[in-house]
Amino acid sequence: MKKLKFLPWLWTILGFLYFFVPLFAVFLFSLHGKKDVLSFAAYDHVFHDPQFLKTFGFSLAMSGFTILAGLALIVPTAIWIYLRIPKAKPLMETFALLPFVIPPIVLVFGLIRTYSKPPFTLVTSPVLLVAGYIVLSFPYIYRAVDSGLRAVDLKGLTEASQSLGAHWGVTFFRVILPNLRTALLSAAFLTFSTVMGELTLAVMLAWPAFGPYMALVGRDLAYEPAALAIISFTLTWGSTAIIHAVTRGLGGEDSGVAGTH
Amino acid sequence: MRPPSRFPHRGMRSPGAKAWFGILPFLLFAVAFMLLPAGNILVGSFQDGKGNFTLKNILNLARPNIVRSYMVTVQISLATAAAGCLFGFLMAWAVIKGGLPKWVRAFLTTFSGVASNFAGVPLAFAFISTLGRMGLVTAIIQLVFGISLYDAGFSLYSFWGLCLTYLYFQLPLMVLIIEPSIDGMKREWREASENLGASNLQYWRYVALPVLLPSLLASFILLFGNAFGAYATAYALTGGLLNLVPILIGAQIRGDVLHDPNLGYALALGMVIIMLVCIMAYSALQKRASRWVA
Repeated sequence: MKKLKFLPWLWTILGFLYFFVPLFAVFLFSLHGKKDVLSFAAYDHVFHDPQFLKTFGFSLAMSGFTILAGLALIVPTAIWIYLRIPKAKPLMETFALLPFVIPPIVLVFGLIRTYSKPPFTLVTSPVLLVAGYIVLSFPYIYRAVDSGLRAVDLKGLTEASQSLGAHWGVTFFRVILPNLRTALLSAAFLTFSTVMGELTLAVMLAWPAFGPYMALVGRDLAYEPAALAIISFTLTWGSTAIIHAVTRGLGGEDSGVAGTH
Repeated sequence: MRPPSRFPHRGMRSPGAKAWFGILPFLLFAVAFMLLPAGNILVGSFQDGKGNFTLKNILNLARPNIVRSYMVTVQISLATAAAGCLFGFLMAWAVIKGGLPKWVRAFLTTFSGVASNFAGVPLAFAFISTLGRMGLVTAIIQLVFGISLYDAGFSLYSFWGLCLTYLYFQLPLMVLIIEPSIDGMKREWREASENLGASNLQYWRYVALPVLLPSLLASFILLFGNAFGAYATAYALTGGLLNLVPILIGAQIRGDVLHDPNLGYALALGMVIIMLVCIMAYSALQKRASRWVA
């Protein structure tokens, strides 16, 4: 087996080179904001750009709404299905595949066609954007909650809680949800990193979000986009680190099929 | 006071229609924001400007510029799926079975989780900094080999440049989806085949590849679909220079470049059908592949 050891190292190193050279290059680029010296000037420009603060704040708010509304919609549904109608599980699995079958560009096309004329004129309302984001993050949220549910003895817990006299509101908020804490947190951060850099829906529905802002800056400036790429990567990396920290020991993580590429 | 048990006990008969009301909010949402938009694309594909039924839009998909657009998208998806599968598999195999320290694998898995989501505008910027006209690697190649990539005909904003960029999210996705299958390859199989006198090549030809084939095919199809639906990366990198189907749909939404809204719906419908075929083939192959992971 000894002679085989060389190849695994070679593929791993080549792979990591491919992964890290672009990151290094964009980081190096981002330090060139000032002529002839390495500096964080480009970051300074970005942080002082009122448009940056505005669009970043907008996307932050949208991801907050998406997380709240998405969890409020999906968590009770997943629990209800788990407890009362397991028959509906395949249906949910099918819905979880839909964001892959209907890519964001087609989804937004359909949303615009459906909601740009009466009786439901929603295209100018952020409700439509948040709804679209819930569709995009539905697979992540559903799978995280589903694997969280499988890890706890939900039936035993609800029965115990109710035989102690708790009615179902108490059972839901004080027994079930705390047991799903890690699943909910990882769902929230997956949603956060999906929404923060999202471009397709925001561009097509004409919202001043962070994704379109990055694209716009990329067209006009040279070094600031590199700084934005680093900021964006740090956000994604940070969310992933948090997810890993909270789900440690939960086992079995799902890689979502749908993406927002 | 509520009755003591709102939830049925284990082994009760299956719930009646009433239980379905519990998921009514979600179903309404799914109908309103998933099924209705998709259905509207489908209906629009078979309507003319006045709303009458027609097959003209579907027939118009045979227009040379639209066929070319589908061809380029298929080619880019095939190329990045093939390269992603190959290199992703090699990397995953190397870190799982290659005798590398455990932390290398843990790191690769975590990194892949991030990188498979690192797409769109930031990814485009990273590659412009690397292989753009003033990019780092472009400069290094110029310095070390004296070759100007761009004079030699390479461009990041062309077909192969986009392929190289897509690979950045394709390769990690492959690592993530193939890892369980490689884990399922039992050491006993290798030992058994060695005890029976099989060479390394024979082990791969008669044991490993046949077992892995459904997973590999399934991954290939998933990667194909992943590239086919990608919009943000192509938009940010080429700004619409490359005539991909998602780019064309985007241009149609923004300004009716086809001068025919209903043809736009047919274009989107074609894309959904391709994705649908992908996901169905993927599910079927996954089912077959799961036989070995017991």
